[in-house]
Amino acid sequence: MQITNSAVGRKLLMAITGQLMVLFVIVHMLGNSSIFLGANGINAYAKHLHDLPPLVWAFRFSMLAFILVHAWFGIQVSVENSAATPKKYSVQKHLRATLSSKSMIWTGVIIALFVIYHLLHFTVHAIPGVVTGVDAIGRFDVYTMVVNAFQSGLVPVIYIAAMIAVFLHLSHGVGSFFQTLGWNNANTLPKISNTSRGFSFVLLLGYIAIPVVILAGILK
Amino acid sequence: MSDHKTMTLTLIVWRQKGPNDPGKFETYTAKGITEHHSFLEMLDVVNEDLIKEGKDPIAFDHDCREGICGMCSQVVNGVPHGGQERTTVCQLHMRTFKDGDTIYIEPWRARAFPVTRDLIVDRSGLDNIIQAGGYTSCHTGGVADGNALLIPKEIADYAMDAAECIGCGACVASCPNSSAMLFTGAKVAQLAALPQGKAEAAVRVCAMTDALKESGFGNCSNHYECEAACPKGISVKFIARLNREYQKALLK
Ligand code: HEM
Ligand code: FES
Repeated sequence: MQITNSAVGRKLLMAITGQLMVLFVIVHMLGNSSIFLGANGINAYAKHLHDLPPLVWAFRFSMLAFILVHAWFGIQVSVENSAATPKKYSVQKHLRATLSSKSMIWTGVIIALFVIYHLLHFTVHAIPGVVTGVDAIGRFDVYTMVVNAFQSGLVPVIYIAAMIAVFLHLSHGVGSFFQTLGWNNANTLPKISNTSRGFSFVLLLGYIAIPVVILAGILK
Repeated sequence: MSDHKTMTLTLIVWRQKGPNDPGKFETYTAKGITEHHSFLEMLDVVNEDLIKEGKDPIAFDHDCREGICGMCSQVVNGVPHGGQERTTVCQLHMRTFKDGDTIYIEPWRARAFPVTRDLIVDRSGLDNIIQAGGYTSCHTGGVADGNALLIPKEIADYAMDAAECIGCGACVASCPNSSAMLFTGAKVAQLAALPQGKAEAAVRVCAMTDALKESGFGNCSNHYECEAACPKGISVKFIARLNREYQKALLK
């Protein structure tokens, strides 16, 4: 059977594309944190990124490819898995599965919806109310756009909720990657699982720090 | 037997006349059960009462009743084999229950394991997986000398740990995806570790995982329920090994 049909091959493709997206998620969090340096920090960062259009587009197309491959197989295996279990137990006790491992498809779908919303919001600027202007030295003013969006209302709630979905997805996903690639053994498996959860939690804190700090009025 | 204190239990048991019958739960009272009864002996007692009343006894699979054949297959209170670590349901003793307990008993539930009757399921899906590659092809001839092929102790131990699988199907029964990846991984790892099995390792891992899919089992999502439910304590490290063997096969 082809890798794209195989029970193991598809997991491998999902694990690799998932992990590549995790690398992005780490870099994106560090980049976003330049907001704590003030308008100068994040506006300069954003300008540097966009000064290289071919690279920006190459990067965008790769990310699109990763998420499409990942989501395609994610949906496919999830549909097969529930079809393989047509009748549930009346009483069932899970011994090892977690909320995070059992909700991968749902947290995945939430992430996909969020990515669409997020792009429409801060990249395409198509969400009503988004503030697009330039700063004193003529750079696109990312700082004001973000601070304005997160000061009140539903927007910060959407972002925080989405980051919780990412946290749940990666709590299982990152550790799972090591098992799917076979980069572990009986001894390292529990350590990898715990590190994966801790890592995802640090990401969560890093991401939600921005809306929280803005809501609290510390960044304005 | 010491004192003959007995227990009375309420059993809520899945009854299903055949593969096409929708099935339903029936409630029974198990009387006169001692802590020395095994779980299956407890069911024997209940069945004797049912037979005396002219009712249909509860059908369940069993054979050795000593935890080695892998025939017994019941989900007790939501856990395959009842949830006592490294214990088949035939070796589960009634001393783990107390007087007045209510016990739910269900068959393995998976599309690949259709119910034949009551608590009995058809596990031939597992046979399909083995037939696809769970063997080594060898030439016939004289019996090879026992020590002609030297195998380091650690490798022999590793292969023996994987070979402990008794094929009961608790891994499938416990898996939220009804995957048989632990069963398959144990066989792939056992044979790939040994010199006799290496030659066909790449063909085997592909054939066996394809057979797993074709027999209607789900995919592995790394929930690790299987490892917790396995009465032989088979480790999910063998699934990681299967994943590595698959990658090696891709490069061939
Ligand atoms: C587009 C929306 C997404 C969907 C529908 C989705 C779906 C899934 C599903 C269903 C699984 C579990 C597969 C299984 O084990 O059976 C999974 C695993 C995973 N996902 Fe996602 N996901 C999405 C986005 C993401 C993103 C954005 C990332 C990274 C930032 C990610 C990282 C991972 C990782 C690392 C795994 C573990 C792979 C493995 O089991 O080895 N996913 N995803
Ligand atoms: S009857 Fe043989 S293992 Fe339980």
